Amino acid sequence: MSIDMSQFYQVFFDEAAEHLGQIENLLVSIDLRHPDEEELNAVFRAAHSIKGSAATFGFSDMADITHVMESLLDEVRKGTRALSADMVDACLAARDILTAQLAGHRGEGGADPAHTSAIVTRLEQLLKAGNSPAPVVEPSPAAATPAPPVAAPPALSSALTAGVFDVRFVPEPHVASQPELLDNMLDELGRLGGVEIVSRPAVDSDDPQWCLKITSMMPADMLRDVLDFMAEPGSVDISPVGGEPPAGEETAYGFFDPLPDVLPQAAAGGEEAARVECVAVEDEVYGFFTEPSPAVESRPVEAEVSPESVAVAEAVVPAKGGGDTSIRVGVEKVDQMINLVGELVITQAMLVASAQGIDPVLYERLLAGIDQLQRNTRDLQETVMSVRMLPISMVFSRFPRVVRDLSRKLDKRVELKLLGEHTELDKGLVERLADPLTHLVRNSLDHGIETPEKRRAAGKPETGIITVSASHQSGNIVIEVGDDGAGLDRARILAKAREKGLSAPDSLSDADVWMLIFEAGFSTADVVTEVSGRGVGMDVVRRNISAMGGRVDVQSILSVGTRFTVRLPLTLAILDGMSVRVGGETYILPLGHVAESLQPTADMIHSISGVPRLIRLRGRYVPVIELHREFGVADGCADWTRGIMVVIDVDGSQAALFVDELLGQHQVVIKSLEANFRRIKGFSGATILGDGRVAMILDLPALASRARRLQSVAA
Amino acid sequence: MQYVATTHRDSAEDDGLAQEFLTFILGDEEYAIDILKVQEIRGYDPVTSIANAPAFIKGVINLRGTIVPIVDLRIKFGVGKIEYTAFTVVIILNIGPRVVGVVVDSVSDVLTLLPRDIHPASDISVGIGAGFLKGLGTAGDRMLILLDIDCMMRSPEMALIDTDDVA
Repeated sequence: MSIDMSQFYQVFFDEAAEHLGQIENLLVSIDLRHPDEEELNAVFRAAHSIKGSAATFGFSDMADITHVMESLLDEVRKGTRALSADMVDACLAARDILTAQLAGHRGEGGADPAHTSAIVTRLEQLLKAGNSPAPVVEPSPAAATPAPPVAAPPALSSALTAGVFDVRFVPEPHVASQPELLDNMLDELGRLGGVEIVSRPAVDSDDPQWCLKITSMMPADMLRDVLDFMAEPGSVDISPVGGEPPAGEETAYGFFDPLPDVLPQAAAGGEEAARVECVAVEDEVYGFFTEPSPAVESRPVEAEVSPESVAVAEAVVPAKGGGDTSIRVGVEKVDQMINLVGELVITQAMLVASAQGIDPVLYERLLAGIDQLQRNTRDLQETVMSVRMLPISMVFSRFPRVVRDLSRKLDKRVELKLLGEHTELDKGLVERLADPLTHLVRNSLDHGIETPEKRRAAGKPETGIITVSASHQSGNIVIEVGDDGAGLDRARILAKAREKGLSAPDSLSDADVWMLIFEAGFSTADVVTEVSGRGVGMDVVRRNISAMGGRVDVQSILSVGTRFTVRLPLTLAILDGMSVRVGGETYILPLGHVAESLQPTADMIHSISGVPRLIRLRGRYVPVIELHREFGVADGCADWTRGIMVVIDVDGSQAALFVDELLGQHQVVIKSLEANFRRIKGFSGATILGDGRVAMILDLPALASRARRLQSVAA
Repeated sequence: MQYVATTHRDSAEDDGLAQEFLTFILGDEEYAIDILKVQEIRGYDPVTSIANAPAFIKGVINLRGTIVPIVDLRIKFGVGKIEYTAFTVVIILNIGPRVVGVVVDSVSDVLTLLPRDIHPASDISVGIGAGFLKGLGTAGDRMLILLDIDCMMRSPEMALIDTDDVA
């Protein structure tokens, strides 16, 4: 093994992570009594793929676990063993160990060897325990040839002997240029069975295709796994000798064309009626398999058909996410692209700014070009930003597992509803949302949903419902975590708050009382459990979310339920802003928080102890923050009637910012102040204006809460 | 000569025993910093001032798309006349992954100093903070104040870095 396999490690890591995620999703949703055969096959395949590639790359620890897991799953999917909750638990635990091992190979953490051996023993025990009643022929037909779709029925007859496969593939360009890589791959294949090179492309030949004849006991998908690392995506074509030749060699999926031919072949073997009907039904309705018939005579039918369904699933997956429709790109590349587009936007704004004074008649074409550039830049920016957008299902997908584990631990019955999983948001947000949202879900399960007895007593269904939904609402993403549990108990929260020494007068509105649960160290759980009750968490949730520029709200009705609403900006990188001038300085106000702007008249201005502090706006008194005073701008206008009040609305509390004048409205690219400098109070970031100067972006939530304080001091 | 040995070890990549310094003028004094910390030298562009920052932090500029803070060393050290002319110079420094600009009166020289040209200055008490003083160098009859600019820019008293980032 002379070649450096490490260059393929990243591919393995990505794929294995994907497979592990798939295993978890499928196992969590699996129905114990009537496991869907297709799902079992998918879990098996995922475990199998991990095993194959882990062994190829020499990660024997992962291969060992997946091997036992695979054996277990294989018996389940063949129907020789009933699926049990224990098995699912063990497989989920094994998945967690695999995830840790994968992280270990990546160089982040790793798995505890004690846990690893424990899980292997557990799986082995499950495998031994109650060993299948019916003696099973190994390898079973279904296991031996799951992949070659068309040829499956003919291959069945020779299932116990070695299969001979015709293999055609086109090596990847960088592999093709290194003959030693190919030799290595041939070695690898040689270990699986006999390899005979039928034809290899001549040097400089136009047709880069290789033809091999492989004699092997291995199923074709194992051969495929080996080849996939070296071959161009979609170019691998494996067909058993004697089977139907591939309909079109250049299209990997072409082997589905002769499907009708299979019917008579399949029917030829006896039990004709059952099989023909089965294949025909399978062709249109996959749902057929959701209810496996318990009758004994259906066994051969299932065995015959499962290769078909495997093949169908394999063909569908590449069609959805295969090489043609999506590519894996490093995040750094995308970020670099976003940075460059950001620069382009700035340059374009600079051009617009400098073209403002020129004669529109003389320079008509130039101005038209600048207009065009502006449109194109905006489109480009939107497109590039959308590359970073990920569906929120990336976060949601972990909740079924969380809910499943936790509800078992707490002995509660909970149904999880996920809505709007396809809502997209910035990748950076997705990653940072995972922890706070998981905490909210755990919190709902632990504190919200009552035990089945209590629920019955309250006249509710025993199974509680936790709903997690995501949606877009006017430039924000809104995520709601709701439960139909006990609701928040106002009296208890108030009592607890006083106990903690927080100021909690009875006059507080419900909304304010609910916000108390976000205070550090606050928990009304009577007993500290493993899950929650330590009072760390909700404050962290709020802090994390406000660090992302979002906010959390709570609504709750006693014994009806509680709903947490998280509002976040769609992206962290670009902001719709309003630019204002204060003296010689320009500031950007995030437009999302700007309610209105107006020039106050003298009678709107109200003073407190001789100092003007408020303006009266449609019957409400709004505290005023003079930006020139706040930021020490010496040449700012001080006369309220000559400048502009920008009324901002943050979380329902209003404040008026006094500025000299409004300059305009732009999309601004947010630049980090922290990269080279530090956070500055009152500013959430900076941006670069059309003239190349830096402008600060105001932290309006901070200003609004400052205004609130000013008002309460004044009052 | 113990100190010299340390100076030398700091710059193992330098040719033999010598180390290169960029020297600049603040008022009547000549300072020197490790040239490897210098990214570029540019003129003084108007800055965007930052509210409630210490006086020596002039503000931030846009350096090809990144926001870079500008420190006026003349204000920090209390030397020289604080004026910004066409000849005012900003030295852009790389402090670890960060980029910081410092305003000086002018840049004078790039000098190679041998360990014997560098004298320890640990017992000299100065306003700068002796920790940031690498020593005193001699070039002909000129005296150079050798600054440990990296250490100085990272120190909390410069208020350039969030305190919780330092930890």
